[in-house]
Amino acid sequence: MSTHNQNPNGDEHAVVPHGSDAVARQGDPITDPGLHHEEPRLTDVEPKAGRRAERQVAGMFALASILIVAFIVSFVVFGIHPDDPETGVNLGDVQVSNLTLGLTLGLALFLVGTGAVQWARSLMTSPEIVHERHPLRSDDETRAAALADFNTGTEETGFGRRKLIRNSLLGALALLPLPAVIMLRDLGPNTGLSPSERRAHTIWDEGVRVLTDVTFQPIRAADLEIGQLVNAMPATFEDLPDHGPERINERAKSPVMLVRMLPEDIHVAPGRENWNVDGILAYSKICTHVGCPISLYEQTTHHMLCPCHQSTFDLSDNGKVIFGPATRSLPQLPIAVDDEGYLIAQSDFTEPVGPSYWERTR
Amino acid sequence: MSAIVNGAGKVVDFVDQRITASNWLKRNIRKVFPDHWSFLLGEIALFSFIMILLSGVFLTLWFKPSMAHIVYEGAYTPMRGVGMSEAYATTLELSFEVRGGLLMRQVHHWGALIFLAAMSAHMLRVFFTGAFRKPREINWLIGVILLLLGVAAGFTGYSLPDDLLSGTGLRIIEGGMLAIPIIGTYASSFLFGGEYPGDDIIARLYPMHILLIPGLILALVTAHLMILWYQKHTHWGGPGKTNENVAGAPFYPIYVAKAGGFQFIVMGVLVLLAATIQINPVWLWGPYDPSVVSAGTQPDWYVGFLDGALRVMPAWEFYVFDRPITMSVLIPAIILPGLILTPLALYPWLEQLATGDKREHHLLDRPRNVPVRTGIGAAFITFYLLLMIAGGNDFFATVLEIPVNWITRFIQVGIIVLPPLVFVLTKRICLGLQRRDRDKVMHGRETGIVMVSPDGEFSELHAPLTPPEAYQITWHERQLPSDPGPATDANGIPNPKYRSKRVQARLSRFYFGDVVQKPTREELESAHHDGGHGHDAVEADHRDELPSGQQ
Repeated sequence: MSTHNQNPNGDEHAVVPHGSDAVARQGDPITDPGLHHEEPRLTDVEPKAGRRAERQVAGMFALASILIVAFIVSFVVFGIHPDDPETGVNLGDVQVSNLTLGLTLGLALFLVGTGAVQWARSLMTSPEIVHERHPLRSDDETRAAALADFNTGTEETGFGRRKLIRNSLLGALALLPLPAVIMLRDLGPNTGLSPSERRAHTIWDEGVRVLTDVTFQPIRAADLEIGQLVNAMPATFEDLPDHGPERINERAKSPVMLVRMLPEDIHVAPGRENWNVDGILAYSKICTHVGCPISLYEQTTHHMLCPCHQSTFDLSDNGKVIFGPATRSLPQLPIAVDDEGYLIAQSDFTEPVGPSYWERTR
Repeated sequence: MSAIVNGAGKVVDFVDQRITASNWLKRNIRKVFPDHWSFLLGEIALFSFIMILLSGVFLTLWFKPSMAHIVYEGAYTPMRGVGMSEAYATTLELSFEVRGGLLMRQVHHWGALIFLAAMSAHMLRVFFTGAFRKPREINWLIGVILLLLGVAAGFTGYSLPDDLLSGTGLRIIEGGMLAIPIIGTYASSFLFGGEYPGDDIIARLYPMHILLIPGLILALVTAHLMILWYQKHTHWGGPGKTNENVAGAPFYPIYVAKAGGFQFIVMGVLVLLAATIQINPVWLWGPYDPSVVSAGTQPDWYVGFLDGALRVMPAWEFYVFDRPITMSVLIPAIILPGLILTPLALYPWLEQLATGDKREHHLLDRPRNVPVRTGIGAAFITFYLLLMIAGGNDFFATVLEIPVNWITRFIQVGIIVLPPLVFVLTKRICLGLQRRDRDKVMHGRETGIVMVSPDGEFSELHAPLTPPEAYQITWHERQLPSDPGPATDANGIPNPKYRSKRVQARLSRFYFGDVVQKPTREELESAHHDGGHGHDAVEADHRDELPSGQQ
């Protein structure tokens, strides 16, 4: 013990702000009264208590066995597969199966655990023991020997002298990671447009009809009432193949919201005078903050709220941000009506939809 | 040797003749493990990780990490005829066509939530008790990396079922990546294999989720435990418990039985949670559609603070050479995690730098005895909790029936004002608790019996503490700020290191300048001579002892 009273790490001790341990010990107001041995447990002195604890532990283990059998029984009894595959699964069956399997297995595990802990706490006779700690640092002699061995090895290679070998090896090793990095190149597409160019365009185009989302019906301007909001997609979306990424990618870029308001409520920005049809406006549904689809519309104020991070846009004022972390207005899609009275796009969006990115100039 | 012949002995004999196992066993089988409830937090993390591995293996037997488009014809009738990815369809299959599949899915998800919660709680325990100090800095660093890997494991797993919620999470990640200057669009394009969302991402997240990240976690957990084993566990001071020893129960059988039992308890609780409390019912959310989001959706708790940061960050964007720098996304999504993790990872070294203390510490600190560290920790918790509240601002707005904008504004101010306030408050509370400990040692505990002296003076009777009781609150080290020493030596030659020493002394005064010291033996003796009337003397002592300058 006394040997450890000195500080174990001699040389790292340039700074000793607290004084050595010996000094600190002298300043202690109370002397260490020494390890306090715990009172014997009831199970140590009372044979009856010991037997009771033994029964408790064994009881828990036995109950666990019973529960494991019960688990198997409920696996068989509480099936989830319907007799007729056409009818589909009954959610009640699934819940009963989940509950019985979980309760039996969970309780069995729990009882095995509490049994073991109870056994250790009340019956195992191990005393409290004390071990000395030893300084983690090697002694100076060992350190010196290790360093000397290392230096001998280095000396034997001539690593320091043979600069040509050293430098050529370092050069080769420095280049080795490159193949690994280069091979990852084809994670991204390697033909066609750059990522930012792809991002800048959607399948909206001149004359593309605006269809209602989900049902894909063309929309007559007259069908929209004031205050109404309709989610819409470009008619060209329907032509995209079911398989492959194109369809879902457009789903992430092209959705628009049509809203109709009193023309006198709209503050039209210069250059957008003919972008709306009798108070019907089309805005991108993709939030300019981080790209969530926007969905909460407040009719009376024309405010549109993104449920993800609460960016709020004023649809009567060119989609301007009025609250929240988004930094750019919602892109507006210029719309018109075709010969048959259906809503069509005048062009693609005039700016990229969705969040800001580096290549997006002002 | 000949005594070892039967049962376990045979195994030991076999192994020993080949790899000399007895030597190691002799030294380790009765290794001492100290006991305290707070040491169980790390065990909860370890044991829930094991449960996650077991349930995860079960899930892989059915789950197909494929975004191939199919039309659902499975057992869950409301979704029949709906187009979806194979990933989502096999998640439905696991829930509705595999007995015990839903249970294992829920065990897996509950396990992940508790794994991360237990890691965080364990980390706070280690922080507030100073268990990260030398020689345990490496294990602290491993712990920080494990926490990061845990979040990565959780997030990649959250994304796999390809339901509406997981897709929305990925969309937000993509938005965050886009904010990275110069490479943003490329980073997104390489991750998703082209445009968002593409049909590659699930197949790419899958090997990370089931192989790479758990493999790394397993390797680091092993290193964590081996270092713990080698260094011996820290313990609380007390009678007979010093910095040079470790007191507790032997590894075999007590620790094996208790920790082994606790493993089953943790597993049991996870299964019971999965049996009784539904989690992530993906069949209600529907397959991912990038044009649909449901209001009031929340991420798993461990990314809540990041989502909260995204919500409360003011809309701030500026242009450099006509290119946008979107700080409103860049700060919360990219900079904030680094801003939190870097000081967290470096804290053991930062504190060493400030206190100049480079000795080995095996005794834990009571949080009150290091008021500044405890204050820093409390301030960090405040910062983190505010961001988490921000992540649920719509939820709190509904509960409190106030506009969501108010909560956002409150947090925007609170995040700057409250952490320093909590720091000062916590430090004050710690100093108060220290003062109370000191009073108890000097004058004993209050008995509640009031005496009137013949002069008419009222005073309360104090009963002295027993030596073990008194030692229990005085075993800690005296913590004095370091002294930079004179700027010049006796011959007037300037000390070249004086400047850095002075800086270090200032930092050390920040840590220890206000600490209420335990009484010295002399103070204690004089207090005892004073009898029960020493209150004024105590206060006077304090004034003498507290260094005048605060910083």
